[in-house]
Amino acid sequence: MYVAVKGGERAIEAAHDWLAEERRGDPAVPELTLEQIREQMTLAVNRVMAEGSLYDPDLAALAIKQARGDLIEAIFLLRAYRTTLPRLGVSIPVDTGAMRCDRRVSATFKDVPGGQVLGPTFDYTHRLLDFALAAEGEAPRARQAEPRQEPTPRVTEFLNKDGLIQDEVRTEDTPPDMTRQPMEYPAGRALRLQALTRGDEGFVLGMAYSTQRGYGRTHPFVGELRIGAVEVEMEIPELGFAICIGEVTLTECETVNQFSGSRTEPPQFTRGYGLVFGQTERKAISMALVDRSLRWQELGEENTGAPAQDEEFVLAHADNIQGTGFLEHIKLPHYVDFQSELELVRRMRADAMTAKDPAT
Amino acid sequence: MTDAAYNFAYLDEQTKRMIRRAILKGLAVPGYQVPFASREMPMPYGWGTGGVQVTAACLTPDDVLKVIDQGADDTTNAVSIRRFFERTGGVAVTTRTEEASVIQTRHRIPETPLTEGQILVYQVPIPEPLRFLEPRETETRKMHALEEYGLMHVKLYEDIAHNGAISTAYAYPVKVEGRYVMDPSPIPKFDNPRLESAAIQLFGAGREQRIYALPPHTKVVSLDFEDHPFDPSKADHDCDLCGSGSSYLDEVIMDDEGGRMFVCSDTDYCATRRARGFRGALSSEEDAA
Ligand SMILES: [Zn+2]
Repeated sequence: MYVAVKGGERAIEAAHDWLAEERRGDPAVPELTLEQIREQMTLAVNRVMAEGSLYDPDLAALAIKQARGDLIEAIFLLRAYRTTLPRLGVSIPVDTGAMRCDRRVSATFKDVPGGQVLGPTFDYTHRLLDFALAAEGEAPRARQAEPRQEPTPRVTEFLNKDGLIQDEVRTEDTPPDMTRQPMEYPAGRALRLQALTRGDEGFVLGMAYSTQRGYGRTHPFVGELRIGAVEVEMEIPELGFAICIGEVTLTECETVNQFSGSRTEPPQFTRGYGLVFGQTERKAISMALVDRSLRWQELGEENTGAPAQDEEFVLAHADNIQGTGFLEHIKLPHYVDFQSELELVRRMRADAMTAKDPAT
Repeated sequence: MTDAAYNFAYLDEQTKRMIRRAILKGLAVPGYQVPFASREMPMPYGWGTGGVQVTAACLTPDDVLKVIDQGADDTTNAVSIRRFFERTGGVAVTTRTEEASVIQTRHRIPETPLTEGQILVYQVPIPEPLRFLEPRETETRKMHALEEYGLMHVKLYEDIAHNGAISTAYAYPVKVEGRYVMDPSPIPKFDNPRLESAAIQLFGAGREQRIYALPPHTKVVSLDFEDHPFDPSKADHDCDLCGSGSSYLDEVIMDDEGGRMFVCSDTDYCATRRARGFRGALSSEEDAA
């Protein structure tokens, strides 16, 4: 009886064996390969890479398989692996202006140099279950056009030429690394963006959505959303110049937000910024909205007490690995604490009863 | 069965150095919460990642490790953490409090008094004793810096005004060397007097990125009022297995008729007493099994 309450080593082993069996499912059904997950569950792979802060589609696919499709569990696996990797250095900032865009849309202008490119989007699909997908068949082929050779200019740069949008000042500072330094508040924008890009998609979406519903409204338009591959370059000390060490797919979103001006700034548009690994546009747009909302102080706006204006609240609760760990830890035994509460409540009840009815 | 793919005790040496610096700073300023760059561990936040990182930074190949959760060596998470260090460090493990050089714990201080040379590592969920009075880190750090602990005393006073007693049964706040108010982690208040110890006590909060410490023989006072002195009470029973009248007890429900037994939460303490021949009210049937 007593031993059963305390559990033990054999129970853990048996549970893990059962988990492995459940993960595989019906052995009569062919096993998923990592290639299948990587190629056909791409957006799940992208989310796991983004929130896992590690760009490796194969490892993300492995994590998704191991986690039985639980993406937060997969993100956790990738994060735990990432911690064991040495930090070799810092790349030079990626040039998203030179992105080979698969998708590039602007909501602020009907047409822009470089064009509106819809790319592989769910937008304008009718969300009707496609029963043809249930049957295996020939993969459809999309029509192709000549790829654009020259870089695609940024939409916000057109506004910047007229001074209509706040200029983002370039700095040469190496940004802090939140995975190597403890978080301190106030965090500063670089650190905020870092926390948001690896923050939980659902949480960041909820925060962004709350600003649209009036909790710290920022009047955003999607100035530009672009998705595509960029080169990652790193300075190699032995060479004395930067070389390309690989390519990553990114989603970048710049919002254009109305700004009526303040005591120090004339009326002009301002920006929110989102940049996320992979094709992850819901997250990138959300991030841009929350980024803009958190900039109230810097822009001299009013603090309305909205959750999305509260840096400490947003950053301390955006991480799903921290959140899920702490939430789920209440499954662990707490009977020592519970026992001490039990004693206290019993004693306080006894005292209260005696006080109520001194005769007994 | 050391896992060769990982460094001794899992963490790389750079990370251990960073954690050791935080530990030393913590020992130099007892009760002060030192921020540290907590790493993502292969177990979830809230499951002892802070304690595991502190233990990893303290362990040497010659150490003997004991891991307890709720006072017991065989609770699932204690088993899991002990196995983690067996696997990644190949360290010797024990369930005997006296034999261990490093003890990682969750929610208890062992009954057997610790001695010089031992290290007790606590897993801490919320290191900030003021957190539930003031949720903002920016504010609570200021309050500690200014030694502004009025809010805490008001809370304890309101407890007494409303309930006639301080209604904190675990994680009972203490003042360290007359300076910092500290959360002793969610140990029952029964354990608070044993925070004054000959051992080094280290507290690791992974998710909250904080380490704090009590050097040996540090003065640790549980907060109270003159007319409502601190009372480290426990269940008014003896252990039904070993008969101890002074140890902290778990209440175990025996059947659906309300039958229950009380047993030591510290399994090593209880087993050692039974091995020495001590018996409790229900021990005969248990020992026969
Ligand atoms: Zn006992």
